[in-house]
Amino acid sequence: MESQTLIIRPKKVLSWSDAVELWKYRELLYFFTWRDLKVRYKQTAIGILWAIFQPFITMVVFTFFFGQLAQIPSDGVPYPIFVYVGLLFWQFFSGALTATSGSLTNNQTIVTKIYFPRLILPITSVITQLVDFAVAALILVGMMFFYGFTPHLSGLFILPLLLLIAFMASVGLGLILSAINVKYRDVRYALPFFIQILLFVTPVIYPASILGKYSYIMALNPMTGVIQSARAALLGTTPINWLLVFISLGSTFLIMIVGIVVFKKVERYFADII
Amino acid sequence: MSTTVIEVKNIGKRYNITHMRGGYIALRDVIMGIVKKPFSFLKSKAKQIAGFEAKEDFWALRDVSFSAQTGEVIGIIGRNGAGKSTLLKILSQITPPTEGEIKIVGRVGSLLEVGTGFHPELSGRENVFLNGAILGMTKKEIVKKFDDIVAFAGIEKFLDTPVKYYSSGMYVRLAFSVAAHMEPDILIVDEVLAVGDSEFQKKCLGKMEEVTKKEGRTILFVSHNMTAIKSLCTKTIWLDGGKVKMIGDTEKVIEQYMTDNKVSASTTFAPAKEEKEMSFSKIWITDEKGQNVSQVNHNEDFDIHLEFEAREKINFAEISICLSNTLGVNVTFTSLSEAFDNTFYPFKPGRYTTTTRIRKNFLVPDTYSVRVSAHERNVRDIDLHENAIQFKVVDAGSPLSYYSQANYWASAFSNAQWKIQEDPKK
Repeated sequence: MESQTLIIRPKKVLSWSDAVELWKYRELLYFFTWRDLKVRYKQTAIGILWAIFQPFITMVVFTFFFGQLAQIPSDGVPYPIFVYVGLLFWQFFSGALTATSGSLTNNQTIVTKIYFPRLILPITSVITQLVDFAVAALILVGMMFFYGFTPHLSGLFILPLLLLIAFMASVGLGLILSAINVKYRDVRYALPFFIQILLFVTPVIYPASILGKYSYIMALNPMTGVIQSARAALLGTTPINWLLVFISLGSTFLIMIVGIVVFKKVERYFADII
Repeated sequence: MSTTVIEVKNIGKRYNITHMRGGYIALRDVIMGIVKKPFSFLKSKAKQIAGFEAKEDFWALRDVSFSAQTGEVIGIIGRNGAGKSTLLKILSQITPPTEGEIKIVGRVGSLLEVGTGFHPELSGRENVFLNGAILGMTKKEIVKKFDDIVAFAGIEKFLDTPVKYYSSGMYVRLAFSVAAHMEPDILIVDEVLAVGDSEFQKKCLGKMEEVTKKEGRTILFVSHNMTAIKSLCTKTIWLDGGKVKMIGDTEKVIEQYMTDNKVSASTTFAPAKEEKEMSFSKIWITDEKGQNVSQVNHNEDFDIHLEFEAREKINFAEISICLSNTLGVNVTFTSLSEAFDNTFYPFKPGRYTTTTRIRKNFLVPDTYSVRVSAHERNVRDIDLHENAIQFKVVDAGSPLSYYSQANYWASAFSNAQWKIQEDPKK
C-alpha cells in the first residue's frame, strides 16, 4: 500500500482535500445509508409502504380541504395530481431537513470515537430520503396514467436538474441545521415550526401563478422553482420558466456554500461539545 | 528498517470550561441572555474580540512531544485526567489540537471503543460490515476476512440474529474480533482491553503481538493494566497533568510511576466530565482504631472505604478493588459480590459506602496503589480510577524485615504453617 502522510494541525482550512477525502470515504457513505434504510424499515410494521402512505394520505386530505372545499386553483389540472407533484418534492425536502438536523447528534457515539469526514452524516440522511422519494414517485407515475398526462420531452431533461436542486438545497440547509443543532439542542424543537411555515411560503398547495409579481422573490426559496417547474414539465400547467429555475439554482448554490462554510467551521469542535 | 511514522511536536489542547460544564447550551438561554442583559453581552463579546476575556479554560495537554518508529509498541500511562484519552483523540483526528503539529505516515486505525456504531437492530453479519466500514476497512477487505472474524469471535450460530439479543459477552467478542482484523499501519488503542473475559483478552493481546512482530505495525496503547503494558510495550509514555512526565523504557517508567505518587490518607475524586450512571466520590483508609491513616503495620487489619453514588437504577454493578505493588504486580483483587449480599441489587439511585477489610499479615511491606472500579463483569467499566490512592504497609517485625527489598521476595505473605521435627535415626 502506498503510504500517505497526514499532518494534524490546529486549524483546518476549507480546501479541495475535503472533497478528495469525501470521495475516499464513499463506501462509508454507502454503509451509513444502507444502515439507515435497513433500520428504519425493520422497525416499522409496514416497512417501505410508509414512503407511499405519507404523501398519499396527505394528498387525499389536501384535495378534500384545499381542492374541494377551499377551491384553491390548480392551473387547470385535477387538484390531486397537482398537489401530489408538490407534495412529492416537499416531503423530500422537509423529511431531509428533519433527518439532517439530527444526523450528528443521533450518531454521537460514533462522532466522538472515530474519525471520518463528518459531512458524510448529513449527506447520508438526504440520500435516505431520496429512496423514499423514488418509492413515492411510483404513485405519481400511476396517477399520470390515470389522468392521462404525458410528460413533455423537455420534462425528462429538466427533472434530474430539479431533483439535483432539491438535493443540494436539502444538503445545504441540512448542514447548517445539523451544525447548529450540535451546539444548541433546542433547534430540534424549533424545526417543525420552521418547516410548517416554509410549507406555506412554498407553492405546494397553491400554484405559483397566483404569486404574480412576487414570484421572482419567492423563487429565492429553491423549492418554489423546483415545484413550479416540475408541474410545468410533467403536467404542462405552464411553460417552463427558465429564469425561475436559474434563480432557484443560484440561491441553492448560495445555501450550499453557506452550509459548507458553517459546517466546516463548527466541525472541528463537534467531538468536544456534542 | 525502522523509520519514524509518528512525530508529535509540542501538541497542546485547550478546553473551554463552558464546553466541559455540561455539553450543550440551549439557544433559548443564549437569546434570553442577550435580551435580558444586552450590555453585559456586548461587553463580553467585545472582550472576546479584544482578547481580554478572563479565560476560563484549561489545558488538557501541553507541550507533548514524542515520536514512534515502525514496529514500536508504545504504552501510555497516567492517572485519570492526565490527558491520555485526549492525546488519542487528537492522534485519531477526532478533535484537533489547539497548538502544535503531528506528522503521521501511513494509514491510521483507531480503536477508542469496541463496537463503535454497532446497531442493536442489525444482525451480527450486518454489524460486522457496518463496524468494519466505520473502522476504515473497505468492503472488499471485510468480505475477505469475514470468515476469520466470525470464527475468531466464535459466534457462527448467531450470525443472523439481531445483536440486541446477544449476551453481553458475545457482543463484546464480535466487536473485538472486527477490530482485531483491522490492518492499519498505525493502530491506536484505548483502554478497550479492560472488557471481555480474560481468555478472550489474552487472545486479543496475542493477536496484537503477532501483528506487530510479523508485519511491523506501530501501536499506541493506553491502559491501566500494567501487566498488559509490560508484556506488549517496548516504550512507555507517562502523562501527568497533561504533560509528559517521563518517556522511555517500559520497565523503568512503570517503576517510577508506581513509586512516584505520594501516599495519602484519603482522596476525593473530581467529578467526571460526563455524567456517569455511577461514580466514586471518595476513598480513604482507616486502621484498627478507626483512624484515617496513610500507612499501616503489616500485622494489623485495616479498612478501605469507598464512597460512591448511583444516579440511575443499575441492575448489576460490581465494585472492585485491586491492589498493586511498586513493581506493578497486581497483588490482590477483591469485589463487592464477595459480601454475598444481594439486597443491594439492583442499585437504586443514592449514595453508598463500602468497607473492605484487608487482613493482617497478608501484604508484604511496600507501597501499594489502589485501583477502584465499578463495572459490569466482562462488559464495561462504569467508573474506574487507576491509582486512586496509595498507602504504605510498614514492617513491624515481619519475617521479611531481614531482607532489603521485601517486594522482591514476595508479593504477599502466605500465612503458611511450618512444622519441624527431628527424624528418628534409622
